[in-house]
Amino acid sequence: MSMKRRVFLKGSLAAGAMGVAVGAGLLTPKMVLAAWPKAAFEAKSADEALKGLLGSSDSSSSDDIKIKAPDIAENGAVVPITVSSALTGIESITIMAANNPVPLVASFSLGEGAQGFVSTRIKMGKTGDVVAVVKAGGKLMSNRKEVKVTIGGCGG
Amino acid sequence: MAKKSIKIRAKEKGGVVTVKSLMTHPMETGGRKDKKTGKKIPAHFIQEVTCEAGGKTVMSGLLSGGVSKNPYVSFKFSGAKKGDMMKLSWVDNQGNSDSTEAKIG
Repeated sequence: MSMKRRVFLKGSLAAGAMGVAVGAGLLTPKMVLAAWPKAAFEAKSADEALKGLLGSSDSSSSDDIKIKAPDIAENGAVVPITVSSALTGIESITIMAANNPVPLVASFSLGEGAQGFVSTRIKMGKTGDVVAVVKAGGKLMSNRKEVKVTIGGCGG
Repeated sequence: MAKKSIKIRAKEKGGVVTVKSLMTHPMETGGRKDKKTGKKIPAHFIQEVTCEAGGKTVMSGLLSGGVSKNPYVSFKFSGAKKGDMMKLSWVDNQGNSDSTEAKIG
């Protein structure tokens, strides 16, 4: 995530100016949200998603990243995932479910003072690896953990 | 959204603030079908969650439909004291948004 955008969003005129722009038809609402990396979130493979989101899919495997997830998830609609890492200089933590129709689940950019810890709940379509990618000091590191899903949580 | 959709609990211990937040949101992926009509339910999910404390963004998360319904997000940060305020906001793919403030306890 570029920091410029952050500043822009924070700017007091952002809301007003964008509202005017939308009203004048200069920007469609989709364009306003364009910063959300749509391509990455629509990518069908984990590598593509990583490339779209972080610019590279080269990640070295690291045991310094800990994934806390159930070995067997009874309900794939709600799989609690906790990613923690003692690495320093963590910029972002990305969570992916390798076998989901859309692998990229969520990506958290950590600001100043944030610790290497993120916990959330994700959907998993079927049994597969949960991949956590941590960007620290400009490098990508990842770890994975298999979660068996007995009832899928994607689709009806 | 008229109703508050965010619940936050922030606790400070040993200089580290642990934030736990729950948002109320359907988080539709867009791939699910309505069983009665057979039509696809349009995607409706939170795209971005931002947390600010002390005027700085401590965490901003990009979410997708792959996050469970009524998303739970928890994270930790340092540099805030008991009694400080923090703000959490979200924006979804249909342009809705909500934000709330909470006191760190």
